[in-house]
Amino acid sequence: MRIPCPFCGDRDVSEFAYLGDAGVVRPFPDAADAGERVFESVYLRDNPRGRHAELWYHASGCRGWLRVDRDTATHEVASAVLTRAPSL
Amino acid sequence: MTFRFDGRTYNGFAGDTLASALLANGVRLFGRSFKYHRPRGVLTAGSEEPNALVELGDGAWREPNTRATVTELFEGLSARSQNRWPTLGVDLGAVNGLLAPFIAAGFYYKTFMWPAAFWEKVYEPLIRHAAGLGRASEHADPDDYEKAHAFCDVLVVGGGPAGLAAALAAGRSGARVLLCDEDFRFGGRLNGDRCQIDDGPGGLWAEQAEAELRALPNVQLLGRTTVFGVYDGQTYGALERVTDHLGAVPGLPRQRLWKIVARRTVLAAGAIERSIAFGGNDRPGVMMASAVRTYVNRFGVAPGRTGVVFTCNDNGWSTAFDLAEAGLASPTIVDARTAPARHLLERAAALGVRVILGAQVVDTAGAKALRSVTVALGDGHATTLPADLLAVAGGWNPTLALSNHLGARPVWRSDLEAFAPGPLPPGMTAAGAANGAFTLAAALRGGAAAGAEAACACGHKVVAHDAPRADDEPSASSALWHVAASRAKAFIDFQHDVTVDDIVLAEREGYRSVEHLKRYTTLGMATDQGKMANVAGLAIMAALTDRSIPEVGVTTARPPYTPVAIGAFGGPHRGPAFRPTRLTASHDWARAQGAVFVETGLWLRPQWYARPGETDWLQSVCREVTAVRSAVGVCDVSTLGKIDVQGPDAAAFLDRVYINTFSALPVGKARYGVMLRDDGIVFDDGTTARLGPEHFVMTTTTANAARVMQHLEHARQVSWPDLDVQLASITEQWAQYAVAGPRARQLLEAMLDDAIALSDEAFPYLACGEFAWRGMTVRLFRVSFSGELAYELAVPARHGRAVLQALMQAGAPMGVTPYGTEALAVLRIEKGHVAGPELNGTTTAADLGLGRMMARKKDFIGRTLAGRPGLVDPARPALVGLTAVNPAARLRSGAHLLKTGEKPSLEADQGYLTSVAYSPTLERWLALALVAGGRERMGERLTAHDPLRGPDIEVEICSPVFVDPEGARLHA
Amino acid sequence: MGWRPRILAKISEGRQPIFNGMRYSAFSLAREALRGHRGWTPAWRDAQPKARYDVVVIGGGGHGLATAYYLAKTYGLTDVAVLEKDWIGSGNAGRNTTIIRSNYLLPGNLPFYELSMKLWEGLERDLNYNAMISQRGVLNLYHSDAQRDAFARRGNAMRMHGVDAELLDAAAVRRMLPFLDFDAARFPIQGGLLQPRGGTARHDAVVWGYARAASALGVDIVQNCEVVGMIRVGGRIVGVETTRGPIRASKVAISVAGNSSRVGGMAGLRLPIESHVLQAFVTEAVKPVIPGVVTFGAGHFYISQSDKGGLVFGGDLDGYNSYAQRGNLPTVEDVCEGAMALMPRIGRVRILRSWGGVVDMSMDGSPIIDRTPLDGLYLNAGWCYGGFKATPAAGACLAHLVACDEPHPLARAYRLDRFATGHTIDEKGMGPQPNLH
Repeated sequence: MRIPCPFCGDRDVSEFAYLGDAGVVRPFPDAADAGERVFESVYLRDNPRGRHAELWYHASGCRGWLRVDRDTATHEVASAVLTRAPSL
Repeated sequence: MTFRFDGRTYNGFAGDTLASALLANGVRLFGRSFKYHRPRGVLTAGSEEPNALVELGDGAWREPNTRATVTELFEGLSARSQNRWPTLGVDLGAVNGLLAPFIAAGFYYKTFMWPAAFWEKVYEPLIRHAAGLGRASEHADPDDYEKAHAFCDVLVVGGGPAGLAAALAAGRSGARVLLCDEDFRFGGRLNGDRCQIDDGPGGLWAEQAEAELRALPNVQLLGRTTVFGVYDGQTYGALERVTDHLGAVPGLPRQRLWKIVARRTVLAAGAIERSIAFGGNDRPGVMMASAVRTYVNRFGVAPGRTGVVFTCNDNGWSTAFDLAEAGLASPTIVDARTAPARHLLERAAALGVRVILGAQVVDTAGAKALRSVTVALGDGHATTLPADLLAVAGGWNPTLALSNHLGARPVWRSDLEAFAPGPLPPGMTAAGAANGAFTLAAALRGGAAAGAEAACACGHKVVAHDAPRADDEPSASSALWHVAASRAKAFIDFQHDVTVDDIVLAEREGYRSVEHLKRYTTLGMATDQGKMANVAGLAIMAALTDRSIPEVGVTTARPPYTPVAIGAFGGPHRGPAFRPTRLTASHDWARAQGAVFVETGLWLRPQWYARPGETDWLQSVCREVTAVRSAVGVCDVSTLGKIDVQGPDAAAFLDRVYINTFSALPVGKARYGVMLRDDGIVFDDGTTARLGPEHFVMTTTTANAARVMQHLEHARQVSWPDLDVQLASITEQWAQYAVAGPRARQLLEAMLDDAIALSDEAFPYLACGEFAWRGMTVRLFRVSFSGELAYELAVPARHGRAVLQALMQAGAPMGVTPYGTEALAVLRIEKGHVAGPELNGTTTAADLGLGRMMARKKDFIGRTLAGRPGLVDPARPALVGLTAVNPAARLRSGAHLLKTGEKPSLEADQGYLTSVAYSPTLERWLALALVAGGRERMGERLTAHDPLRGPDIEVEICSPVFVDPEGARLHA
Repeated sequence: MGWRPRILAKISEGRQPIFNGMRYSAFSLAREALRGHRGWTPAWRDAQPKARYDVVVIGGGGHGLATAYYLAKTYGLTDVAVLEKDWIGSGNAGRNTTIIRSNYLLPGNLPFYELSMKLWEGLERDLNYNAMISQRGVLNLYHSDAQRDAFARRGNAMRMHGVDAELLDAAAVRRMLPFLDFDAARFPIQGGLLQPRGGTARHDAVVWGYARAASALGVDIVQNCEVVGMIRVGGRIVGVETTRGPIRASKVAISVAGNSSRVGGMAGLRLPIESHVLQAFVTEAVKPVIPGVVTFGAGHFYISQSDKGGLVFGGDLDGYNSYAQRGNLPTVEDVCEGAMALMPRIGRVRILRSWGGVVDMSMDGSPIIDRTPLDGLYLNAGWCYGGFKATPAAGACLAHLVACDEPHPLARAYRLDRFATGHTIDEKGMGPQPNLH
């Protein structure tokens, strides 16, 4: 499998570390339901068969965290973008 | 060339395979089958060979289950037959053949159950001894393996007519082409078949094509290279046999694992001829018709003198014609069809080939070599023909395995009576016989078109060339899987001895799905991976259950296409090179000082420094600990993770990743910090120093350095992209030394002169500073893991060794002693500081006595989930100290704790010893432990229970801080 | 201590399957051999689905079939259907490395896996099917003091629960397995934790044995019947929609590891599980090389040898969510590097086949056997790497849960809500990151 790192180019999967569901949003800490939301964000992650938005870390590259659109049934990678624009 | 087989010496020629050379020497018996130990010869001339397996090489080089049909002959080759005892000719295992009725498919599931204890002791050892094929070497593989990467526009798999045509078309366009063929000679079937291309012999055309390709700078040819697997991202695995055909060559690897990324791929892997299931179809001398042609035409070997060809298609006839034209005794054709094409009959007549139509071979005879063939004639009579060679032409199966590797299934093509590639992996096209184009002209056309199309897709302009001219030879075929009139065993999977009867039995017992059939009978599980067996097995199951073949299903191929040595996948990563070794700047110095090293992650760290006369590690460690507690010691702590944190929001960032507050930390100060995971469990700890308003230097534990970096980058990039902060790993840029002990200040003052003021007022506990000394930048932190007056001195890594030597020199009058990780551990256990064994991924800050560090007024990672009921339960294990009631008793980590007098059980478990040390300071063994509700149990006596290693020991719970609980030494 | 044997006794009690005169034995085998094996009948009935059952078990793997078997045998519930979308055993039951062991650390796990081990030990006579259960030992190697201490902690816990465990030093390991790399290793072997009762079982035979016995007790085994939806009335699940029509049931049990999120999703459940691919490998058959199961402690590699002679081995997950039942080269290389680092004598032995199984990686590395928020719906999921060895106990405990509507005493820790309450069972201490367990 190869991941098109926006910063480094097309690289082998072995350079990356995987985190999973990119839809996880860190809840606002003072929200009334923060506890429930944090629990869900940590433990109840998307696990679809098919297209999946997920986080990958280019550990042996630019150290960028990428949001990768990948199909979990075919392993086809549709796109990869940096989660945070690189600052100079 | 001379070579040896089973102790006898033979002669062969360069360009021979072991199989062709042995056949030329008249050898017919090559091996024994797996289950019934039936005598077996050579069935094929390719990598699909199920029968002719040998042990190749001797001693450490011994390679079991090697196919003689693809083993290139070299001078001095040595091979042995396998799975026989005492000899290949007289194999006592053949008694299994007599027992065959009792050991039908799956027999072992139905018996060997009584008495129960007999399975491991009697039945299984017998089965294990009987099973297996060749013997793996007892010695470490002595050869080298290499890994290589390749990137290309067009990968062509297979160097037969279609593959060569594809490579030519793509190569001429300028595309970067990689052409791989498993054979040591390009040409595929052109090497074995008599055919004409462009008015010349096919073999000549192949040579010319190869020469043209070799001359193209954008084309790379890899012979002896099997593309064995398709992976995601258009990545292909290939194995190149670099020196297998040369014997050992110094400086060259035995094999090379290629990882190829190809924009387009042309699958031109050809086709495999299939057998027909008839009685005795496994006898030495029964051979695939195409293999007979290859041995005759390519190798100039006569595999027999009296030949019979059993066919159900036109293709088989060419074997008879080739045999006749080669001057071998006139063969007989037995064609199951009643009316083959007229021109075949005419040619047979012209060559004097006898033809029997509408007939089937039902049985064969011969002990260790074929003697005769029994043919059932169309009129119901039977005749027996003397024969030492029976060529079987059952039709062709496209070699489509690679098209399945990403999960696609083949499709049944009734026009071919065969499976052809279904949906192809991204970027792949199939051409030639692999795509069901079985005739030569079609293969050449298809290959050229596929090559051109692939080059075009990669942006290359394709110049039209005339396709090579060849004829579409007769290829009419009528599927014949099984000769129903056969009484004797008719083999489907030759190596595993799976017969038609076994499939009948599986069907009867309900193992009807393809996978159940395979698993129950072991059909297709042999070293040929079902290349010879799978489709035939399906066809017979289809007939038994009155379904069509595609209704029964398909079996999908998985990598590798042909078996690949474990050593090749391992490459150079074995022995000391299994993983990289990280060394600190002063490694050589430490080694010269007698350091014994220990692995910490990938680092080697001095564990202790053995001095002459010291006989035991404990002696060395106690000396080092005493030196630190009484004078001064120096420890290399360069391996700690170091992360530079800078930016306007650096402090705010640290507040969110640590449980305690760093925004309030003044410049010039350091602080111990604890990080949690999202789930509220302690992740890592270390000190972080503030060098400037927007500049911090963080340290992490050695083991977690990379994971902490990943965690922080996640926080920075994913959780809080709005924070203006940057991170850099500086672990390897800085060498760092702990200088600890009552004389630490004295030592540093002696060394650093006036570079920095070190009095307790000027540089108190937890002070930090950066200054210049002898032209280098030095960072000094007054932090302590040992509980002594201590500093950590960081310098650019290239100066590490010199600075360490300077420390030793300056400290010599004070009795400075280098100390290793063991002494470090003793010192920290004496002080009750937590480390890896306590930060075990299941402890909370409160468990470790660090609960009060958790800031209440800010958000930080892990805060919310740390409040879950299970994580705040007062009965949770908490960190305590333990001493043995008997001061002489030795404690061990990993011992569990029981209430004294209670019977050991999980319910009675009170906790366990996490870290243990012998304290020379207190002259007894100390332990840190996690004990249920431990902080409320000071003074309670428990039993340390360690049944794995020794007797129970009575211990007493105490504070985890054993030495200097007031911290007077620290603040000295 | 007294309660353990009693629980075991309860599971082993109950009805014995009647095999219609086709009990397997040396005698029946000999009789059939003499008449061309014409008398054998299908090992299990290939049933057509009925319109309703007392219990529907989704998933015809080892766990689902074992559940049905114990429902019928121990609890007398025979109006049971096992629904399998493909052929029985087509998922992880037929894709694992066949290891059985109970060398666990934590009190939530250890008694459960030891129950499983005890059930394995009597399984073949119970099922009248030889599953080739072979207790040749499982040896976990350690390469550092810290690892040794962790193994000691685990081995001591095992001994405290009456499970066999021995801590070996390097010399003892060398006597046992002289061909490991003791001399040139990057991470030298210091010793190992041995469970002599650990070993292997023939995975397919386990599936077929349970299927045959369950079928003989009246259970319907329905193949090629994929569940595509749940039939829900209010807060209650009352049946399933399948590719062969709706099937009503008083109780529905999900036992589809690898696809738990998908099937759970049909009932609106969001589970603390990710699906990951785990690859495994088998070599060409060779004469005996290694006696038992060995795991490398300085890399991801474990190996045993099948009775047929193939070396069966595996390593780490590929590491990304996947439903593809296949993996990629980096993991293959990593596993083989471990193989060569540990046992360089197998360098010339060839890998014959590789495959991938889709495993349910839970958020703490431990399974879930529990009721769900929906009445009538029960869940058996989250088996990570551990599913095969758990087959008998998972079946027994899920059957208990379904039949009694309360957790089996030895599976009480496997609650679905433990992640919310913080009572996770994290053997490796890796936290809520499934691909690290």
